[in-house]
Amino acid sequence: MSNSLDSYLVLSGLLFAIGSFGFLARRNAISMLMSIELMLNAVNLAIVAFGSFIEPLKANASVIAIIVMAVAAGEATVGLAIVIAIYRNRRTPLVDEYDAMRQ
Amino acid sequence: MAIGLAIAGGPPGLILVLNILGFPGVRWDDVAFVLFAEIMLVSGLLVVTMRDIIRCGLAMIVCFGALAGIYVVVGAPLVAGAQVLVYIGAISVLILFAIMLTQDKAAPARLVFQTQAVPAAIAAIVLAFVITLTVTATDWGAVGTRIRNATDDVARALFSTYVLPFEVVGVLLLAAVIGGVFLARHDEGGPP
Repeated sequence: MSNSLDSYLVLSGLLFAIGSFGFLARRNAISMLMSIELMLNAVNLAIVAFGSFIEPLKANASVIAIIVMAVAAGEATVGLAIVIAIYRNRRTPLVDEYDAMRQ
Repeated sequence: MAIGLAIAGGPPGLILVLNILGFPGVRWDDVAFVLFAEIMLVSGLLVVTMRDIIRCGLAMIVCFGALAGIYVVVGAPLVAGAQVLVYIGAISVLILFAIMLTQDKAAPARLVFQTQAVPAAIAAIVLAFVITLTVTATDWGAVGTRIRNATDDVARALFSTYVLPFEVVGVLLLAAVIGGVFLARHDEGGPP
């Protein structure tokens, strides 16, 4: 089971689906950011799995996964800073109460 | 008795007990893969469904740790180390701090989910089904057996072929840090 590419890809797809559900369904902005992190991790797992099973991609996949991690860290920094800035103005972390632009 | 033997013997002991109990030919990495996969999926589900957001953050740390274990099983130890350092060490702490800064004690959210939660769940289930179907139906071509990624190969690729993306990521991280500090700064006069 741990020696077939399919099991890792299915696992990655399941984690991605969980993350997409969280992103679409949660009300809290930080919960949505955590769901985005889950989806990024799922994609990273798929990349690493491909690199581990396909010989020409061997070292490239690890490098790409590490670069994706760095970009995800930058995304989390800026996203959480934006959430904190909005919270300071609106006093709520719930995204469905951020309606200033449609009034 | 069997569990005690398994704990006393470590991984070989567990394999021995599993073999004695009637599961012959169980390999250690299969056991580790199933264990880590179950931990990862269950804690991922907890992240998106639990009511208390602090507990969601803690479940996310468990999820990332199990994913690091899966990276070890798949044969990318450097990525597993980076996962522990970056996700468990940095991003989780960042998210926990943001939760504590924005948590509203006076009025906890009655509704955890949006009104579109049921369509979102249906869409996610359909997505998981389609991905599973696609993955199992596709012939991936030149798939070999699992190979182990040596760390010096990764380092050689990172500093020769991928040296430009590496530098660009460094600049991007600097920009993200400056932008994060600027956005979250407490401004006395005027909106931030």
